[in-house]
Amino acid sequence: MSVFTIEAGLAFLGLVLLLVEAFKPDICRRTLGLMAIAGTALALVLFVFAKHDTASLPGFMQPWHQLDTLALFYKGFALVITILVLWLTLECAPYLTRFTVDGKLAEMFSLPLIVCAGMMWMASARDLVTVFVSLELVTVSFYVLVAFARKSAFSLEAGVKYLILGALSTGVLVYGIAWIYGATGTMSFDGIAKALANPATNKTAALFGAAILLCGLGFKVAAAPFHMWVPDVYQGAPTPVTAFLSVGSKAAGFVVLTRALDAFLVENSIIGTEIQSLLLVAGSLTALLGSLPAMFQTSVKRLLAYSSISHAGYLLLALACRESPRFDLSSGGVVAFYLATYLPMTVLGFLGLGLMRANGLGEDIKDFAGLAKRNPLLALLMTVSFASLAGLPLTAGFLGKLFVFLGLADHGYWGALSCAIIAAATGFYYYFKTVLAMFTTEGTDAPALKLSSATRAVAGLLAVAILVLGVYPKPLQKLLKPASATMAARN
Amino acid sequence: MSVLEIIIALPLLAALAIWLGAPAHATSLGATLLNLLIVLVTTVQYAGKAATGLAFTYSRPILDNPSLSFAVGADGVSLILALLTTLVMLAAIWQIQDRPAIFYVSSLLIGGGALGAFLTTDVFFIYAFHELALIPTFLMIALHGRAEPAQRKAVAWKATIYLGAGSLVLLAGLAWVVLEFSGGSKLTFDLEALRNQAKLTPLADAKQAQIFFVLLLGFGSLVSLFPFHSWAAPAYATAPTPVAMLHSGVLKKFGLYGLIRIALPLLPQGPHVEWVQNALLLMLLGNILVMGLVTIHAHRLDDTLANSSVMHMGYIFLGIAAGSDIALKGAVVLMFAHGISIALLFGLCGRMRNQLGTLEYNKLGGLATHAPAFTVLFAFGAFASIGLPGLTNFAGEVMIFVGSFTDFKAGVMSNLQWTVILALWGVVMSAVYMLRAYRNIFHGSPTTGLFMIDPAFSQRVPFIMLATTLLVTGCCPWLLLNLMKSAL
Repeated sequence: MSVFTIEAGLAFLGLVLLLVEAFKPDICRRTLGLMAIAGTALALVLFVFAKHDTASLPGFMQPWHQLDTLALFYKGFALVITILVLWLTLECAPYLTRFTVDGKLAEMFSLPLIVCAGMMWMASARDLVTVFVSLELVTVSFYVLVAFARKSAFSLEAGVKYLILGALSTGVLVYGIAWIYGATGTMSFDGIAKALANPATNKTAALFGAAILLCGLGFKVAAAPFHMWVPDVYQGAPTPVTAFLSVGSKAAGFVVLTRALDAFLVENSIIGTEIQSLLLVAGSLTALLGSLPAMFQTSVKRLLAYSSISHAGYLLLALACRESPRFDLSSGGVVAFYLATYLPMTVLGFLGLGLMRANGLGEDIKDFAGLAKRNPLLALLMTVSFASLAGLPLTAGFLGKLFVFLGLADHGYWGALSCAIIAAATGFYYYFKTVLAMFTTEGTDAPALKLSSATRAVAGLLAVAILVLGVYPKPLQKLLKPASATMAARN
Repeated sequence: MSVLEIIIALPLLAALAIWLGAPAHATSLGATLLNLLIVLVTTVQYAGKAATGLAFTYSRPILDNPSLSFAVGADGVSLILALLTTLVMLAAIWQIQDRPAIFYVSSLLIGGGALGAFLTTDVFFIYAFHELALIPTFLMIALHGRAEPAQRKAVAWKATIYLGAGSLVLLAGLAWVVLEFSGGSKLTFDLEALRNQAKLTPLADAKQAQIFFVLLLGFGSLVSLFPFHSWAAPAYATAPTPVAMLHSGVLKKFGLYGLIRIALPLLPQGPHVEWVQNALLLMLLGNILVMGLVTIHAHRLDDTLANSSVMHMGYIFLGIAAGSDIALKGAVVLMFAHGISIALLFGLCGRMRNQLGTLEYNKLGGLATHAPAFTVLFAFGAFASIGLPGLTNFAGEVMIFVGSFTDFKAGVMSNLQWTVILALWGVVMSAVYMLRAYRNIFHGSPTTGLFMIDPAFSQRVPFIMLATTLLVTGCCPWLLLNLMKSAL
C-alpha cells in the first residue's frame, strides 16, 4: 500500500467523522473519539508496513512528493502526535464541553485527522507549492481548533489573534515564494538549490525572497521576533490544541524549514552566509526571548508556551549548524532528534495540565502545590516531563540540547552558544520552580486526584519514553542516520 | 556486566522500590549494607591485584557518533570514594528516625548518583549522575529544611542557582575538552579515549590553562571554592541531617574528583601556568583563611560545621594546585577523611538539634556528664577535623603540606610555598573553633533545662562505624595508599 493512500484515507476519515456527527447528533463523544483514535492508529500500523520509497507513490505525485528518511520520520511523528492529541481531547472532554456552544466536541475529533494528513504531506514536500497547500490545510484547521472553546473569552481571543496573524504570515510566505520564483525561476527545492549555487543568479532578489520566506515560516514555528502571539494563543486555546500546536504545528514548520534551508544553504550558495547569520541571530533571540519572560509567569500553561518558544530557538540554532564530519547527525537530523525527544515531554506536560483542569483545578503554579500528596504518580511523571524540558541529564531533553550545543561549539558560534546556555540556565529555574511547587506540603488539604488506569498507562508510557530515549538514544539515531546520508548526497 | 554496575544500580533500585511501596527503612538499610559489603569486597580485590589503572571495566554503547557509552571502571581513587559513599550512606540512612519515606528515597538517590559519578568512565555519565544527585538535595532542603518555609526555600534557591550555574560552566568546559581531545574523526565522551588522545597530542600550555580554568570554575563552584562558596554554609546548616551528611561528606567531593580524574590527566600543565596557579592559590587561600576566620566567628554548632566544611576544601585544592604525586594522593586521602569526619559531625549535630532544640553555644554546656558516649563520638569527629595525628585527616593534611613544599631553595620561595606557609595557619584556626565548640558544648556547667542522653546502642552504631573508620585509616593510612600504587 502506498503511503499516499494512507494520507488520503486519513483526510477522508476526518470528513466521514464530520458527517457522522452531523447526521447522528446524539452519538456519544467517546465513541467518536475512539473511532478517530482507532483510525489514526490503524493508519500508523499501515504506515509502518507500507512501501517506503518514492517510486511507490502515484506517478502524478512524484514531482511534488518524496519519501526520504526525514519525510518518513515526520510522517510517523505526525501520526503519533495526532493519536496522543485525540487521547488528550478525550481526557479533557469533561471540562472542554462546558465551553463549546452545543456541548459537543465533534470537530475536535475530525479536524486533527485533517491536520495530520496535512502534516504528512508537508513532510514529503519537494516543492514550495506543495508546502504552501499543505501548510494552509494545517493552519486553517488550526484556526477552528484554537477558537473551539467559544464560550471562553480567552479561547475566542486566542482564535482571533491566531487567525489575523496566521493570515498575515501566509501572505508574507506567499510573497517570499513569489520572490524566490522570480529570482530562481523554479519552485522545487532541488531547482532552487541549483540556482542558488550558480553565481549568475540575482543575489539581492534571492536573498530578499529567502528572508521573507523565513519570516513567514518563523511565524509558524514561533521564532523571534514573530513569537508574540504564542503565549496568548497557547494559553487561550483548549489544552489538547495547545499541545498539538506546540508539538505538531512546530514539527511541521521545522520540516519545511529543514527542506528550505537545505536548499538555501547548499554548498557555494550565493546567499549562504547571510541566511546563516540570520538563523543564528533569530535562534539566539528566540531562545532568550522565550526563556527570560518564562521566569516571571504564574500560569503553567503560559510558562509552557514561553518554553516552547525557547525550544524553537534551540531548533533554529541546530539548523544554523550545517553538517560536521565529527558528528553523525546532519542539522536536519538533529532537529528531528530534538523534536522526537520534545514530543513525549511536552505532551506529558500538557497531559498533566489537562488532568488538573479535568479535576477542577487551575493552571497556575500555586494550583500545583501539594500535588505530590494528592497524586504521587502524577507528580512523579510531571517531574520527569519538566526535568526533561529543562534538559536534565539522563532524560531525553538533555541529549537534544547536547547535540545542539556541541554543534554550535564545533562550528565556533560562541555568541549563539552563550545565548543558548543562558536560556537553558533560566530554563532550570522556571521548570524547577513548578516542580518545587508540586512537592511543597502547603495546601495539602485539597482532595486526592484520581486517574483512570488508561490515563496512567498513557502517561507512564510517555515518561518511560523520555527516560529510555535519555539513556538509550541509539535506535533513534539509527532511524535518522540515513536521513543525513541522503541529504549529504543531495547537497 | 560489571560488579560496578550492580553497585550503582542497587541504591537506585531500592529508591524505586520504596517509591512503589516497599518498607522504607528496611529496604534502604538492607540495600546500603549490601552495597557496602560489595564495595569492600571489590576494593579488597582491587588492592590484591598487581595491576594498576582501571579495573572492572565494562562498556555499553548507547550512541555511535558522537560516541557515547555507559562505561564503568574503577581505579584506586574511585574505589576510595565509592567506599566513602557507601559508608556515609549507610550511616546517614541508619540514623534516620521517624521520617517520611522521601528521606530514604532522596538519600538513596544522592548516594546512588554519587556512586554513578565516581564509577562511570564516560564524561557524559559522570556529569549526568552528579546532576541526578543534586536534584533530591535541592528538593530536600526546600521541603524539609530546618527553617521557616520562606527561608529554607531561599537557601535552596541560592544553592540551586550557584550549583546550576557551576554545572553549566562545567558542562561548557567538558564540551570543550570533548571537542579538543576527540581526535579528528568523531566526537567521543570516553575518558580513556580522551586521555590517550591527550597523551598523543598535548595542547599548548596556554590553551591547557584556559580550559583548566573553565573546568576549575565549574568543578570549583560545586566544591564551594572561594569566592563561589556562599551557598554552602547556609545549605548545610539548613539541610535535613542525612542530606547534609551526604552532600558535604560525599557529593561535594565530586568536584575534586572531577579535577583529579578529568582535568589533571587531560591538562597536566593547566594548573602550573602562572596565571591559573596564582588564581587558584588565591582562591584556596580564601577558602582556608577567610573561611577559617568566618568559622571562628560562628556561634552555632551547625554554622561552625558548615563553614569548616567549606574551609577544609582549601587544603584539597592546595594538593591539586601542587600536583606532585604525594600531594595528590594526600588530597584523595583527605577527601576520604573529610567526608567521614564531616558526616559524623553533621550526624551528631542533627541528633543534638532534635533532642535539645538549640545549637547556640551560649545556651549549651556540660553535656559530657549526661551523654558520655555521645561526647566521645563527637570528639573523634572534632579532633579528626582539627588534624590530630592518629586520625585520617592528619595523614591527608601532612601529605598535602609536604607534597606542596618540594624543591625548597633557601632564599627563593615560590608562590606555592608561600601559600603552604599561610595555609598552615588554617590548622591553628581549626583548632581554635573546634576546641571552643567542644568545650562550650560538652564541658563547663550543665545549662538548666537542656537535657540530653546518649542514643540507644543501635543508634550509636552508624557513628561508631564512622569513628572507627577514622581511627583505622588514620593509624594505617597505607590501607588507602595501597589502592593508589601508580602515580595519579
